[in-house]
Amino acid sequence: MSKILVFAEFQNNKLKRSSQELLQFAAKTGHTVLGFALGTQAGAANAELAHHGAQEIHFVKDASFDVYNPELFTAAVSEVISKTGATIVLASAGSTAKDLFPRVAAKLNAGVISDGTEITIAGDDVKVKKPLYAGKCFATGTFENATVKIVLMRANQLPVAAADSAKTAPATEHTFTTPSLKTIIKQIVKGTSEKLDLTEANIIVSGGRGLKEAGNFKLLNDLADVLGATVGASRAVVDAGWVPHSMQVGQTGKTVAPSLYIAVGVSGAIQHLAGMSGSKVIVAINSDPNAPIFQKATYGIVGDAFEILPKLTEEFKKALHH
Amino acid sequence: MKIFVCIKQVPDTETKIKVAADQNGIDTTGIKWVLNPYDEIAVEEAVKFKEKNPTAQVWAITSGPKTRAVESLRTALAMGADEAIVINSDEKLDAISTAKALAATIKAEGGAHLIFTGKLAIDGNQSSVPQMVAEFLSIPHTSVVSKFENQGESVLVERDVEGGAKEVVQMMNPALIAANKGLNMPRYASLPGIMKAKKKVIKEVEFSSLGVSATEQKVKYVQFTLPAEKPAVKLLNGDSSAQAAELIKLLRDEAKVL
Ligand SMILES: Cc1cc2nc3c(=O)[nH]c(=O)nc-3n(C[C@H](O)[C@H](O)[C@H](O)COP(=O)(O)OP(=O)(O)OC[C@H]3O[C@@H](n4cnc5c(N)ncnc54)[C@H](O)[C@@H]3O)c2cc1C
Ligand SMILES: Nc1ncnc2c1ncn2[C@@H]1O[C@H](COP(=O)(O)O)[C@@H](O)[C@H]1O
Repeated sequence: MSKILVFAEFQNNKLKRSSQELLQFAAKTGHTVLGFALGTQAGAANAELAHHGAQEIHFVKDASFDVYNPELFTAAVSEVISKTGATIVLASAGSTAKDLFPRVAAKLNAGVISDGTEITIAGDDVKVKKPLYAGKCFATGTFENATVKIVLMRANQLPVAAADSAKTAPATEHTFTTPSLKTIIKQIVKGTSEKLDLTEANIIVSGGRGLKEAGNFKLLNDLADVLGATVGASRAVVDAGWVPHSMQVGQTGKTVAPSLYIAVGVSGAIQHLAGMSGSKVIVAINSDPNAPIFQKATYGIVGDAFEILPKLTEEFKKALHH
Repeated sequence: MKIFVCIKQVPDTETKIKVAADQNGIDTTGIKWVLNPYDEIAVEEAVKFKEKNPTAQVWAITSGPKTRAVESLRTALAMGADEAIVINSDEKLDAISTAKALAATIKAEGGAHLIFTGKLAIDGNQSSVPQMVAEFLSIPHTSVVSKFENQGESVLVERDVEGGAKEVVQMMNPALIAANKGLNMPRYASLPGIMKAKKKVIKEVEFSSLGVSATEQKVKYVQFTLPAEKPAVKLLNGDSSAQAAELIKLLRDEAKVL
């Protein structure tokens, strides 16, 4: 039996859904699951980690880890991986893990596969399916000569069942002396959105040039509010300055994989599709029946966004809030 | 003062991808190769740095099959890079072997004042090589950078993170900066630039001479497949109220995503 270490992440002091996915998945492999948390909330979150399947908890309760610093995190995370003897490491492919774990892999001479959409662990054999060439093809990544195997999974790819609040796990606190750092995080400028990031959102409502002008994104925001969705955009409207680049979906924006992606007034250019074709269900709303987006869509409405959006918002309100 | 830019040649995004017969890679016949879009941004930032710091020299470096990889170096030279190095290697190298080769070559050239890279190569979709190069050279890095400012002994950068937030990061030099879109608008190569680039002698290094053995490859990709064909779209009829009601019904009862 091997040890799987799951790098746990939190938002507003709650274990992220993506971390729940990984813990619950790891618990089904037959290996020992180690939940690992860093920062002020570490320690307080131990019970939550156990409820989702961690059998051992390792944590560093230290406020210097509340802000991500690549050098600091690389040193601490590598040390804990080595100390615990974990040979498989799972993390969610968000901005922290994607930055951190390749550096950890270099330090530990380990293998790393990023952006997985499917994972199987049979004994010590770890296989990860991931999109390549902007989603135009898939391949299965396998490890060789790697004593530590690190996998970064996209969010929303694995099921989450209810937590079992009866479960408990022993916890080990690790302390860590900060080395001298050549990286200083000076400031964090908060984003405009309080919502889930696009890369983690379960529902995305995305708008394109078909919305005609920046002000009309209000129609999308209204729909997103009812659905608890995050709003995305095409590059055309980002370039036009209607919305910030952080909202761009596509090859030069974000790659997303929600359960539901609603594209409104988006033509479906190949570079846009590259970022969202991994979505489970795609709804396209477009006035042009020949728009390429319809070739990728599960459901389509050919029509005027300005007419349909308010209707949708109204109907969703009725359907979801009674 | 050497400024290195790590660049990779990737299939053009418009290129149709076909899977090779043995399914261990893609069929590269007929592929149009281009400079990775994020690496264009990295080259631009390095050249801008040089324009403001006349003692700086921009070295473009790539690891890949020599015969085609040199084309991406010529693009970088045409944009304003001064020198270019190709590490002649197999195209299926994993991130860690690539990073080891790049770090070893940069070291052999006397090290860097700054290293610019892209945040992601759009072929492998990994975002790994920059962080690994930085670790192998024991230098700080920041990835997904959309703003860069030189401060002499250090650099000040902005990194894009989730939810539209930005981190303002200071790094002591030498440092590695992995570029995101928004950092700059890459220039088009000028005609004299292209002519000069054509004549430039590109330095060649054999991967096998760098002391990175084949067993250091940690990840291998197999079973390449094309995405499953989506069934045809279901178009919804009726007026907009009927369409909206129908969509909600389908999402709830058929697709079960609500
Ligand atoms: C290297 C490179 C990278 C790129 N990266 C990205 C990327 O990351 N993301 C991205 O999105 N794009 C990217 N692009 C740009 C991409 O090629 C397209 O130009 C862009 O996606 C188009 O945006 P759009 O769909 O909003 O606009 P358009 O293509 O103009 O489409 C607008 C759509 O709205 C429809 N419409 C008009 N009026 C209405 C109405 N009243 N109701 C409903 N529908 C209506 C139209 O029929 C049309 O289909 C990239 C391009 C390049 C070259
Ligand atoms: N073979 C290579 N040669 C030179 N630079 C590379 C190579 N592969 C990746 N890079 C650099 O690392 C960045 C990220 O690539 P990747 O980690 O493969 O997503 C790229 O944008 C390049 O700047």
